[in-house]
Amino acid sequence: MTKQDFIAELRARLSGLPRRDIEERIDFYIEMIDDRMEDGQTEEEAVAGIGTLDEISSQIISDIPFLKIAKEKVKSKRRLRVWEVVLLALGSPIWLSLGIAAVAVILSVYVVLWSAIISLWAIFASLVACALGGTVAGVLFAVMGNALPGIATVGAGIFCTGASIFFFFCCKVATKGIIRLTGIIALSIKKCFIRKEGA
Amino acid sequence: MDIQLKRGLLDVCVLAAIKDGDSYGYKIIKDMKPYVEMSESTLYTILKRLELSGMLTVRAAEHGGRLRKYYQITDVGLGRIESFKEEWREVMCIYQFVTKEDNLQ
Repeated sequence: MTKQDFIAELRARLSGLPRRDIEERIDFYIEMIDDRMEDGQTEEEAVAGIGTLDEISSQIISDIPFLKIAKEKVKSKRRLRVWEVVLLALGSPIWLSLGIAAVAVILSVYVVLWSAIISLWAIFASLVACALGGTVAGVLFAVMGNALPGIATVGAGIFCTGASIFFFFCCKVATKGIIRLTGIIALSIKKCFIRKEGA
Repeated sequence: MDIQLKRGLLDVCVLAAIKDGDSYGYKIIKDMKPYVEMSESTLYTILKRLELSGMLTVRAAEHGGRLRKYYQITDVGLGRIESFKEEWREVMCIYQFVTKEDNLQ
């Protein structure tokens, strides 16, 4: 392969990347080929010596941050044709509502998961309240002469205390689980988008 | 080898290649060849990184009717080489300890 062919092919493979980054790199490879030739290699040898086009282009692409590539992609996008705009507008009742529905489904999954957690913690809070209230009220009952109902209420209060301690650990485990689950859901949604971007 | 570790080592190799005077891409690769093989693409990435972190400066000069880029080490780059030597004295000690039993056999 000649130097000219090599550079043209490299430029073609990197056409979607920011222009400044490409030109600087291409200058670097031209200098490398020239220096190899000056060192006594033939043009063919010099081009082969600096590596295959696959290696070089994938190294360059991996060097440039994803955001920069995405920005370039958006920037260099051609303008939409008239019929495409018309189709988008006509189709909007369908794709817009589908999009909103998808977002709503994801949102409601989150709401359901988190409302389960909130209700568990609410049960915990009411158990604590019963424990405190029951014990205090029971003692007051007993002091004021209603011995039997007083002792029963204190018993209920103590039971609630035990139950709330037990429930605290249940809530903790459940919350941790839900946090992990929401993390997994978020990750899989992101992956869907990246796959679409790559396709 | 661990990628992060290798990256750091290669950075210092390139700095060492320009330590005793300005050099250019192809010469850096040739000078390093007896010790470590490096592709042009890898060298570019390293040079860029070193330039951005202020360890070297770049200037273009005419050579044989074309422009060639020369790389010059800065004080920051020289400091990096020195701290590398420091760090690796320690690493070599650890290495000797780890391989102590191998040597006895």
